Amino acid sequence: MRRHSTAPASRTHRAASPWLFLLPGLAVVTAFTLYPFLTTVHQAFTDTRTLTGGSWVGLENFRTMLDDEQFTVGLRNSLLYVVMVVPCTVLLPLLLALLVRRQIPGVTFFRAAFYTPVVASVVVVSLIWAWMLDDRGLVNGILTFLGASPVAFLGDQWLLLFSAMALTVWKGLGYYMIIYLAALANVPPELHEAAAVDGAGAVRRFLSVTVPAVRSTMVLVGALSSVAAFKVFSEVYLLAGPTGGPAGQDTTLVMLVQRVGTGLNGRVGYASALSLVVFAITLVLMLLVLRADRREEPT
Amino acid sequence: MRRASGWEKALRYLLLLAVLALTVGPFLWQLSTSLKGTTEDIYTSPPAFLPEHPTLDNYSGVADIVPVWDYALNSLKVAVANVLTNCVGAAMAGYALARLRFRGRKAAGLAFVMALLVPLESIIIAQFTTMRELELNNTLTAVVLPGAVSALNVLLMRNAFAALPYEVEEAAVIDGANVWQRFLRIGLPSVKGTLAVVAIFAFMGAWDDFLWPLIVLSDSDKFTLTVGLNYLHGTFANNPRLVAAGTIIAVAPLIVMFACLQRYFFRGVGEGAIKG
Repeated sequence: MRRHSTAPASRTHRAASPWLFLLPGLAVVTAFTLYPFLTTVHQAFTDTRTLTGGSWVGLENFRTMLDDEQFTVGLRNSLLYVVMVVPCTVLLPLLLALLVRRQIPGVTFFRAAFYTPVVASVVVVSLIWAWMLDDRGLVNGILTFLGASPVAFLGDQWLLLFSAMALTVWKGLGYYMIIYLAALANVPPELHEAAAVDGAGAVRRFLSVTVPAVRSTMVLVGALSSVAAFKVFSEVYLLAGPTGGPAGQDTTLVMLVQRVGTGLNGRVGYASALSLVVFAITLVLMLLVLRADRREEPT
Repeated sequence: MRRASGWEKALRYLLLLAVLALTVGPFLWQLSTSLKGTTEDIYTSPPAFLPEHPTLDNYSGVADIVPVWDYALNSLKVAVANVLTNCVGAAMAGYALARLRFRGRKAAGLAFVMALLVPLESIIIAQFTTMRELELNNTLTAVVLPGAVSALNVLLMRNAFAALPYEVEEAAVIDGANVWQRFLRIGLPSVKGTLAVVAIFAFMGAWDDFLWPLIVLSDSDKFTLTVGLNYLHGTFANNPRLVAAGTIIAVAPLIVMFACLQRYFFRGVGEGAIKG
């Protein structure tokens, strides 16, 4: 009886309140992620500029890209970033995790210390590196002290890009180390010990025990870091400057989006087309890494 | 248990110290540079790791050429707002997705998953034009809005709520508690840990963000610390002492926060990595 009498009231309540709960989240995500995405797709086929609405130009923007030397440079640098950074990001943090895995005195301090670069803003660490790699900075100070000649790390197009890559790897070490530590916690230490008893060396143990045990985590790290590496902006922007280093040769794809699409006369249409390329390649990278995982999965 | 031999232990600590020098060393070098006075040569070889006469002059000096404390205040405003909106918005949406049954729940969940798949960098120009349509460009509100409730946080909260046993809430339903009371009195207290993770990462994310504030802010008095530092670096690159002081001001609060709340930082990595 009682249930019958309260049912209608609670039903109307139920129908309205879930949407009230969802309102702030859905509103933000719709207005500032999903709607801008649709706008991007639409504007990629127009010649919109910052202050003037555009008209439909079909595939014109994508044709422009093919002749745009800066696009080729940006695509090359962003893909190179993935190729160079991802293997380091998959491997080095794993070795680091093995180093801090065992509960030895002081290990909590080391884990926390190794995480410091993750906490710091990318702007802060980029400026620290810019000063360290300066012509007269710390690294060259040490080099000249050791009798070597100083290196213009930030003056050469390739050295500059490699420096930025090293910075990216360095900044991510602690983050991925923590992910690997969580995965290693599920690997029984007996496996290692059994292998050691069988006379397997450290390298052999690493390849035949550790790697298979954390393989799915390596794929996850590979996916996360390849997407992040392809979208690189801040490190290169700060080390190379807004124009992308010597003759713009260090421009990355996202730097190009930022440079083309902003400002009073920004080519919003063209920048949107470039954004779509960023989006598409990011998706492809994700799928590639995840497929690699599935193919190697033993049935 | 295999016993580690003496030299193995020594080697392990040696490696640990080497990595320590690589990861923390650069910060200490920056701190050292920021404390060196104008009379002290900062270009010596071998480099001098300790300042001869430590001074705080550079910290007041950097404030004379750029309003670094205003930038810090702007960053603080943005970060605090980001924490509040994310905690409230994500907890509410996550609760609805995990605990309430209603028509359209799957579609709502899908909206957040789709939002998670869109890389921020690929919509940043459209976000910029959206802000211009709303006439919010060059305001701190515009800096906060796009990430005010992040899809990742909503899904994290959904998972946290979904992991709670149903029995507790059923008892509250029988006691006549309505959905808001259940959310506030039973749901929220049970997911404090995840909420702390969301709060910390929202703060860190907002404090450290660079690309979006760089695009949306044009007046230098509205700059956040990261954009301000970029400006400082671009204009006063020939004075590393001042830039060093600026970077230390920007990084110190986060390092202190990390030292105090380490546990949640590490937990956040675990939860955030398993997204989607």
